[in-house]
Amino acid sequence: MNFKRREFIKISGITAAGSLIIPPFFNSCKGIALSDNAESYLNHFEVTRDILQKVISAAMEKGADYADLYFEHTLENYSSLEDSKVNSAYSNIGSGVGIRVVKGEQTGYAYSEIISADAMLKAARTAANIADSAAKFSPVNINEYIPPNYYTIKTSWEGTSVKDKIPFIQRLNDNIFAGDKRVTKVNAVLGDSTSYILFYNSEGLLTWDYRPMVLLYGLCIMEENGRIENFFVGRSQRMGSEFLTNELIDELSKEVVTKTSLLFTATKPKAGEMEVVMGAGESGILLHEAIGHAFEADFNRKNTSIFADKMGKKVAENFVKIVDDGTLPGKRGAMNIDDEGNPTEKTIIVNNGTLSSYLHDRISAKYYKVNPTGNGRRQDFRNIPIPRMRCTYMENGPHKREEIIASVKNGVYVDSFSNGEVNIGQGDFTFFVKFGYLIENGKLTKPIKDFNIIGNGPQALADIIMVGDDLLINDGIWTCGKDGQGAPNSMGLPTVKIRKLTVGGLNA
Amino acid sequence: MNTKEKYDLADLVIEHALKSGAQQVSVNIYENRSNNIEIRDQKIDSLKESNQGGLSINLYVDKKYSAHSTNRMKKEELFRFVDEAISSTRFLAEDEFRMLPDPEMYYKGGGTDLNTFDPKLDAIDAKTKINLAIQALDEAFKKDERIISVSSYYSDSITNSVMVASNGFRGDSGNTNVSLYVTVSLKSLTGRPNDYWYENALFFDKLKKTDIGKKALERTIKKAEPKKIKSGKYTVIVENRVASNLAYPLYGALQGSSIYQKQSFLIGKENKPVASPLLTVYDDPLMPGGPGSRLFDSEGLAAVRRPVFEQGILKNFYIDDYYGRKLGMRPTTGNSSNIVFNLGTRGLEEMIVSVKEGVVITGFIGGNCNGSTGDFSYGIEGYFIKDGKIVHPVNEMNISGNMTEFWFSLKELGNDFLENQATRIPTLMFENVDLSGI
Repeated sequence: MNFKRREFIKISGITAAGSLIIPPFFNSCKGIALSDNAESYLNHFEVTRDILQKVISAAMEKGADYADLYFEHTLENYSSLEDSKVNSAYSNIGSGVGIRVVKGEQTGYAYSEIISADAMLKAARTAANIADSAAKFSPVNINEYIPPNYYTIKTSWEGTSVKDKIPFIQRLNDNIFAGDKRVTKVNAVLGDSTSYILFYNSEGLLTWDYRPMVLLYGLCIMEENGRIENFFVGRSQRMGSEFLTNELIDELSKEVVTKTSLLFTATKPKAGEMEVVMGAGESGILLHEAIGHAFEADFNRKNTSIFADKMGKKVAENFVKIVDDGTLPGKRGAMNIDDEGNPTEKTIIVNNGTLSSYLHDRISAKYYKVNPTGNGRRQDFRNIPIPRMRCTYMENGPHKREEIIASVKNGVYVDSFSNGEVNIGQGDFTFFVKFGYLIENGKLTKPIKDFNIIGNGPQALADIIMVGDDLLINDGIWTCGKDGQGAPNSMGLPTVKIRKLTVGGLNA
Repeated sequence: MNTKEKYDLADLVIEHALKSGAQQVSVNIYENRSNNIEIRDQKIDSLKESNQGGLSINLYVDKKYSAHSTNRMKKEELFRFVDEAISSTRFLAEDEFRMLPDPEMYYKGGGTDLNTFDPKLDAIDAKTKINLAIQALDEAFKKDERIISVSSYYSDSITNSVMVASNGFRGDSGNTNVSLYVTVSLKSLTGRPNDYWYENALFFDKLKKTDIGKKALERTIKKAEPKKIKSGKYTVIVENRVASNLAYPLYGALQGSSIYQKQSFLIGKENKPVASPLLTVYDDPLMPGGPGSRLFDSEGLAAVRRPVFEQGILKNFYIDDYYGRKLGMRPTTGNSSNIVFNLGTRGLEEMIVSVKEGVVITGFIGGNCNGSTGDFSYGIEGYFIKDGKIVHPVNEMNISGNMTEFWFSLKELGNDFLENQATRIPTLMFENVDLSGI
């Protein structure tokens, strides 16, 4: 149900989702990996230009303003390690076509898991009912749009056997066990997915995308004198199987062993308001929760966002510049086109401290009379596209990391998180800290762990009083949830200091 | 596909998988139809109709295991899908614990109808559903000059599924659900507070269709202009609507997989006190008309009513067949059903009156719990209570603690669980709880 507020989670060891092993599982469609012409995608879905036109005409027959077709075929594989062996695997195949019909701000939506002319026409007529006049739609000429490519792939996942994946998962496990005598359990999962997307709309736009994604994570459990600690590391990118290298595995295993062992000395911070320094990288979660969601244009169009009347207003210090970028090569949040066929871009949300753009889908762009920003995304063909973030980060500022930490008398430094959430209307946002340090008299001192930080979006944005020059884009496995739909994201931040946030700690 | 066609297809796929080299197989085939309607400010915002289906399969091949799912249901494609799945399973490492459950533990048919399927729901027309959502919205729309947006949602879902295992299990089930939800946003001095109310039911006729918009509006108005209070230890009342948020970590820690992976703070606590003696909770899959009711679980194990906590003592974990074997424990079930808390004698209002200084939690935002240690910290919103009265709304605060101690501070359970929820949890009161604010 879509009753939950905006949530953000990092996939964690215990929620390993289901799925697969050896491609190509899918023989009914000819594998076309990486081709960049319309024909190969039309053939893949076994449709013709003529059928596309017919289905769009049916979708428009009740007088709609706009309609689109979103064909998707996704193959997912997960290989999972427990007890030091890669001993289970999951796979999933999903394919179908989503048909959307728009009249003003109103949307009709239906989909079919069977891609035949009859099934599509039926779904189109169902979706068409959002409009209620009789109208004749004359098909327009088809314009093909060849998107740029932000994810170059050397070896596709479809061309990679489970046999080739296992050694890397095994190495992650073996490294972690070798890294510390206290390690008692390791879980590791490698997941990959490949999506074929074909898009056509009532304006004649025909475009396509081939989307790879990979995620790899390791969960380390250590025990010492009856005390158990766990830590999780993961990476995700839009890449082919060249993602898997021994260097990456070694880096991940080192990181997880180091962090897990530090937890044995970690405590909980004191409760209450204090200065917070957010370390470069994962701390981009601050932007995602405190600001990003509230800038998604649907909430503003509906007037429910706390930023709904702030366009063009000063919301932060001059040195604050925040962007949402779909074009960073290979990033989890990158997309060649969004799920409404629009090109993605680097959208500047806050420039010189001033709110400069919302994140738009087609409906909100039309409502605000601006160009779409390429933020219309959907979980899959079964879902209506809505404005979503891609890779959200803050550009470098004038300060140095050392000077930022040195400026704090009593506060916390945080850089590892598991999840966050925001309430769009009141502006409250949170993120859960897995690991950080106390800052005492300008120095990082005791490790701290497992506490929630809560703040208010507009206040926190105004309270960003120092920004470092060490921007780091994080390649963690971030998935954002909104209206019941998940979407992969990336994010980043330079070291940043916030005047005060409420730290969920203990009272003396 | 009707139920017989699903069984026939499942049988065919199993036969093919056994012929192709699997020693054991189980197959699940499902179909789901759903409608989602969103009304905003008296206009339809979106109408969505969903029809989906799929097949999932568990394969046991030469002591190796894999699971797969697809929504491509043509027979020839399924066969090819299974063939490739079997050949790739052979690359995996052996796992001696992977096998289908002992048929002795399966549900063997003959169970009574648990009343989880409304045969009439499918025939309700779109207009009726749209009107219901509009009515719900109208209870709030323009009823207060501060309102900036009201949205209402109608949704329903019809699911039918069949499960067959090669060592003898056969079972089918049907579930329906229907819900109405309203959310209201207000313009206030400090922000745009929003809140919601919803009702749901398994049967269309049983859905409560009034007072949804009204309650959503009342709740939103009560939340306007919140402020945080001083950090400290307080008596905390957690409203029934959100109380299950605090119970989830317990349920996570009761899972066989969590115990095996050492991600459970309840390891070794069977038959030991883990909560206040006030706490008794049953897992009751056989309750007629319960949202979590079922005759068998996802592995086919026959449903049994079991105590989870009895007077604060941990009585049963959630152990599925696989982790049961790995842990050397008798399987119970890996999936919770209806979680039924015992009740007290008073409701929320009476509890508030009895509190000298404390907080009512009406919503959680973010936060998490470390499964290995039980350390938790969640964002909260609600009301500040002083001398038995609500003084003002609070927000932007955290509740923190450790689950292994927290449940001992349970002081009272209410008498007021919400109908039609799989977790029948009442309002809860805890003492001496760490809250972080100013």
